[in-house]
Amino acid sequence: MQSSILTYDGTFDGFLTAIFEIYEQRIPQPIIKPAAHFKQQLFSTTTEIYTDTKKAQRVWHGITGYWGLRESKALYYAFLSEIEGIENTLLEVFQYTFSTKKNCSTDYTHKAVLTLSKITKKVHREKHRMEAFVRFQETKDGVFFANISPDFDVLPLVNRHFTNRYADQKWIIYDVKRNYGLFYNLEQTTTITIDFNSPSAAQFTAAENEYQTLWKDYFKSTNIQERVNMALHIKHVPKRYWAYLSEKQH
Amino acid sequence: MSFERTREKLNILADAAKYDVSCSSSGSNRKNTNKGLGDASSTGICHTYTQDGRCVSLLKILLTNHCIFDCAYCVTRKSNPIKRAAFKVQEVVDLTINFYRRNYIEGLFLSSGIFKSADYTMERLVAVAKKLRLEENFNGYIHLKSIPDASDELMREAGLYADRLSVNIEIPTKAGLKALAPDKKHSDFIKPMTKVKNEILQYKSEKKIIKSTPKYAPAGQSTQMIIGASGENDMQIMYTSNHLYSKYNLKRVYYSGYIPISHDKRLPGIGTEVPVLRENRLYQTDWLLRFYGFDVRELLNPDTPNLDLDIDPKLSWALRNLALFPVDVNKADKMLLARVPGLGMTSVEKIIKARRFRALNWEHLKTIGVKLNRAKYFITCNSKTFETRDYTPAQLKTIMVNSSNSKYKAAFTGQLTLFS
Repeated sequence: MQSSILTYDGTFDGFLTAIFEIYEQRIPQPIIKPAAHFKQQLFSTTTEIYTDTKKAQRVWHGITGYWGLRESKALYYAFLSEIEGIENTLLEVFQYTFSTKKNCSTDYTHKAVLTLSKITKKVHREKHRMEAFVRFQETKDGVFFANISPDFDVLPLVNRHFTNRYADQKWIIYDVKRNYGLFYNLEQTTTITIDFNSPSAAQFTAAENEYQTLWKDYFKSTNIQERVNMALHIKHVPKRYWAYLSEKQH
Repeated sequence: MSFERTREKLNILADAAKYDVSCSSSGSNRKNTNKGLGDASSTGICHTYTQDGRCVSLLKILLTNHCIFDCAYCVTRKSNPIKRAAFKVQEVVDLTINFYRRNYIEGLFLSSGIFKSADYTMERLVAVAKKLRLEENFNGYIHLKSIPDASDELMREAGLYADRLSVNIEIPTKAGLKALAPDKKHSDFIKPMTKVKNEILQYKSEKKIIKSTPKYAPAGQSTQMIIGASGENDMQIMYTSNHLYSKYNLKRVYYSGYIPISHDKRLPGIGTEVPVLRENRLYQTDWLLRFYGFDVRELLNPDTPNLDLDIDPKLSWALRNLALFPVDVNKADKMLLARVPGLGMTSVEKIIKARRFRALNWEHLKTIGVKLNRAKYFITCNSKTFETRDYTPAQLKTIMVNSSNSKYKAAFTGQLTLFS
């Protein structure tokens, strides 16, 4: 039987709407794909999904009814991984839940549930890494600015952490890979897109340079030469993050 | 204050503080109040790692490395001809705030050499914490060192501003302490530790009645022992540690392999290797006590006063108690599963959750990520095949050592021939 391709706008609500339509219209052999990545294929029908928050809400309520809010968060985390095919893994998990009518979130011997739990763990680790590896630089406008390029789309997940923590300073965390960022203006945090290039050295305060130097010095002084273990070091701080870490700049 | 001067001080005083291995920022739950700066993440965050692979979570510095004591094992001892420096209170506050604003750190870990007297020193440490909390509205993590023999009054105040307090007992035995640190008494360490323990208990019980009771050292107390400086065995170390956990409710005991820093005849000479493997085995034992339900006497006793270096302490224990195995992964309770060599707490949790849906077989265990190369000799599951041969402990040990790919394996190739 030929498969039916459903394209959606890349949002979580869009994805949930697709799930709704699959049940509503009894779509056979569905494959859900973000419209941006979609290439027309032979031997398949294509349906474009229009995001409908009401339908999305119904699906979300359906799943949280079985899983509870806390466990359901895993589904959102995995969705943010943007891993190719994640939509269909999630679809299988939804189908498994709706058919067994129970919380199967820890049924690790089920293939899709296991995949979900592995991906969620990866996304969680990336979120935690961003909370650790963001390095703000103070601009002359009094904004603390940081660029990141995480493996997964974790900005929505770190929003609360940074908003709670840095409540008395303006800051921007910008995902250069996905070209959007978070901006906190002392009142609230909003999503922004910036058209200019990242701030240049001239736009940072004089103190900024000094504190970066002090931090680099500290990083060196606190190391114990007799115990150096670079393999362990790189395991904890993989090289792909070094470009954004002030202590790794020379 | 000149930048170059601060830079020089930071280099000296961070270098001197690095021998304190603790850099943990977990266990507190301080919230950001009144739109101030910072909060304490309860799980802690390592913002970077040094080249030796240790977590950098806090700005860890000494207030000064001037010291009136002459402890042989310590790099800042009076008789050591090194550069000395001292921070002003405001300098430490500025560094902490500015590092924190850039997301370099979770907070401050402030220790100090003893200058003039214990109380004089403790007073300055408390002044830094007080200024951060009251003037800067800083809610990040603060770890203060309890200065041995500091007064009860100062210890009480310290706990009101700090998240964690620690006093390093450094040498696990009284005799060792006497030989290496003649100026210090065992009771000097115990005094602030007892005070802090009692205050924590009191504040906790008051908080149950009056909700507005302030937090007192919410992340508890910790301490550190130097390993391999004074000839003690693993049993002495772990019994001391066990005593500290149970009697003083410590959150953590840290073990620090002695790094030779002096030509003192009483200590291992310069160039002696840091006992990192022994340190690792002690940490494993510590974990077994705190999370795996082991009693210290099961792991170390007069018959086995030292840990095996070539295998981990849980496996050693299992080999001495083979009669208790195999256990059925589908029936055994959590704490019994935790005793199976090769099963960590993560695997135990997964097994317990997954077996609610169906009885697990070897294939299931493998797919959910349980490492079976060791565990398979100690468990049965929903499968007809299982290890039926009766191995002697020595045979099993050889199999385990040969199948492991520990980075320390090379160190034991000499010993392997003993068992094969």
